[in-house]
Amino acid sequence: MSANGSPLVEMRNIRLAFGGIHAVENVTITLYPGEVVGLVGHNGAGKSTLIKILSGAYRKDSGEILINGTPATINNPRDAKSYGIETIYQTLALTDNVDAAANMYLGRELLTRWGTLDDAAMEDATRKVMGRLNPHFRRFKDPVKALSGGQRQSIAIARAIHFNARILIMDEPTAALGPAETAQVGQLIRQLKSEGIGIFLISHDIHDVFDLGDRISVMKNGRLVATARTTEVTKDEVLGMIIMGNVPPKLQRPEVRA
Amino acid sequence: MADVTVPVTTTAAPADPNVGWVRRFLRATEIDPRLIGMVVALVLIWIVFHILSAWRLSPPGTFNWWSGVFLRPRNLWIMSVQTASIAVMATGMVLVIVTRNIDLSVGSILGFVGMLMAVTQVQILPQYLGFGHPLTWIIAVAVGVVAGALIGGLHGFLIAFVGIPSFIVTLGGLMVWRGAAWWITSGRTVAPMDSTYKLLGGGPAGALGANLTWLIGIAACVLVVGGLALARQRKVRFNLPRRPLWAETLVGAVVCAVIVGFVLLVNNYPWPPIIARNYAQANNIPIPEGGLFIAHGIAIPVLIALGVALVMTFIARRTRFGRYVFAIGGNPEAAELSGINTRWVTMKVFMLMGALVGIASTIATARLDSATNAAGTLDELYTIAAAVIGGTSLGGGVGTIAGAVLGAVLMQSLQSGMVLMGLETPLQQMVVGVVLVLAVALDTIYRRRARA
Repeated sequence: MSANGSPLVEMRNIRLAFGGIHAVENVTITLYPGEVVGLVGHNGAGKSTLIKILSGAYRKDSGEILINGTPATINNPRDAKSYGIETIYQTLALTDNVDAAANMYLGRELLTRWGTLDDAAMEDATRKVMGRLNPHFRRFKDPVKALSGGQRQSIAIARAIHFNARILIMDEPTAALGPAETAQVGQLIRQLKSEGIGIFLISHDIHDVFDLGDRISVMKNGRLVATARTTEVTKDEVLGMIIMGNVPPKLQRPEVRA
Repeated sequence: MADVTVPVTTTAAPADPNVGWVRRFLRATEIDPRLIGMVVALVLIWIVFHILSAWRLSPPGTFNWWSGVFLRPRNLWIMSVQTASIAVMATGMVLVIVTRNIDLSVGSILGFVGMLMAVTQVQILPQYLGFGHPLTWIIAVAVGVVAGALIGGLHGFLIAFVGIPSFIVTLGGLMVWRGAAWWITSGRTVAPMDSTYKLLGGGPAGALGANLTWLIGIAACVLVVGGLALARQRKVRFNLPRRPLWAETLVGAVVCAVIVGFVLLVNNYPWPPIIARNYAQANNIPIPEGGLFIAHGIAIPVLIALGVALVMTFIARRTRFGRYVFAIGGNPEAAELSGINTRWVTMKVFMLMGALVGIASTIATARLDSATNAAGTLDELYTIAAAVIGGTSLGGGVGTIAGAVLGAVLMQSLQSGMVLMGLETPLQQMVVGVVLVLAVALDTIYRRRARA
């Protein structure tokens, strides 16, 4: 969380309108290596739209995206992946009927020199990644349908980081999980942080964001209300920002940065 | 309370030697329990039919197991030939259903393509090649397979790229291609087929004989053992967990035993005496005391069906295409987000299905030595039933090729058994219908239990 050097991601003055509606209006946010930035706001506040611009699902109307301080062109999900940006979707984009390795390599399967699936190599790599993320995971042969929500989420995360993600976008990663599993995912996020990966965490759950985030960016009606360190604001103040758009006086500075 | 909590913690320990040896056996051998269930059901059906036929054919008031006719080489050999056509189509239907689609048109395509192949070899090719040319059958089969693939491709395009539900597209196809089969020859039956083509349908000449069957059987055993060894070697290289050696050996031994058993079975069904005598006279072979024993060996259509099942299993399990088929069935959105071209995969599945119908049509028309406009009527329902009885889930994402082939064998067993019993046709249909529903009911209950 050092402020020296350039941020991992800087989205500057991003604008995107659908028809006449400004979904994202002049928003600037940053993400540093090893940092978790929570992005909060009501449904329709523009947080998902903003993040989809970064993951390549939408194209911005204007504004700049800088990765490691250099301007980046992101027109589709493939571009985003080439910058090391991986997205974990809210709806757990796993295929239930195949095992962990098949899910991790879906669309990027390893092949033997005969052109057939190299299941042994894929299982081996999956075991190594999962060993790092979730050392207790043993059920490599079962279809992921049989696994718990937390285990499934760790596979989704494994898939994202295995292909050298440096920037991780997590859209409501705990929405479908129970308390124990939410804790497990939280542990995972802390571990990824310690490895220097930057994470955008989109969540409805203020507690999650305070628990895991270093900074919080609040959005309302397509605009950025404010960004604050989790240590310098209270949950009530953040709720006030989400609901009313009230910026606490102590945050009314030209720019709030880590 | 303390008394209650202590045993709970001990049973929670993973290794309890007294509980679930069946489960531990299945885990060690990595066999799908549902496959075992199907094999058991099949064997039970066979034994019941054999006992019923023995009871029917024994003198009144007595019972002699050996007078039963069901479990005789002759009946089982004929059954294997009768199953071949449906089995070939069922392997493709598995992939269609796994991608959450359905194909109602396979019976009609079988009729249409059969007519095309018949016209090709009976009316068109003789004009250029003369009758009995060695290339005739190859060209005819190629025409059938390509036509089937093109029709399947058309259906697949409409389903995947235009977005019409497969139920509607293939329901239309069911009517269109049945009409087309009729229309080609204005309803006339085309017969007889080319003499080489006819062999693809079975019969005494359309079987490989004892020696060649042994050769194929031994080659298959070598392939099985080699394949198991190779797979194990790969796992050793990556130091992945593997089956215990006894389980590996057992699986290999059982599969080889089944192969050898099948070879012995088909080699114990002799040619009918008259055909054997004619053959002997034509080739100047002296006829020994008690008649000449010439074994059928494996029938060519059965060999084709087994070959197709093998290739389809390979496609489903070991290729990227197969992996994508199952991924699409499991979660179409996730497959799309992973960068899989789901539409193209879906279209390819239907093309493959069409090509398989071409092969099945070859077997069906060659066996009947004629193409009629009614050929393949209701086959779509038997094909779907075979796949579903074999454990393919209509919800998508789940199904095996081996299961579908077993499903086809099971249905044919019921049919043959009931014919042997002299059961009336309407009753036969009713029984097959009930079995279909029963099979799915058992599978549903099993799955619910397995999840709990």
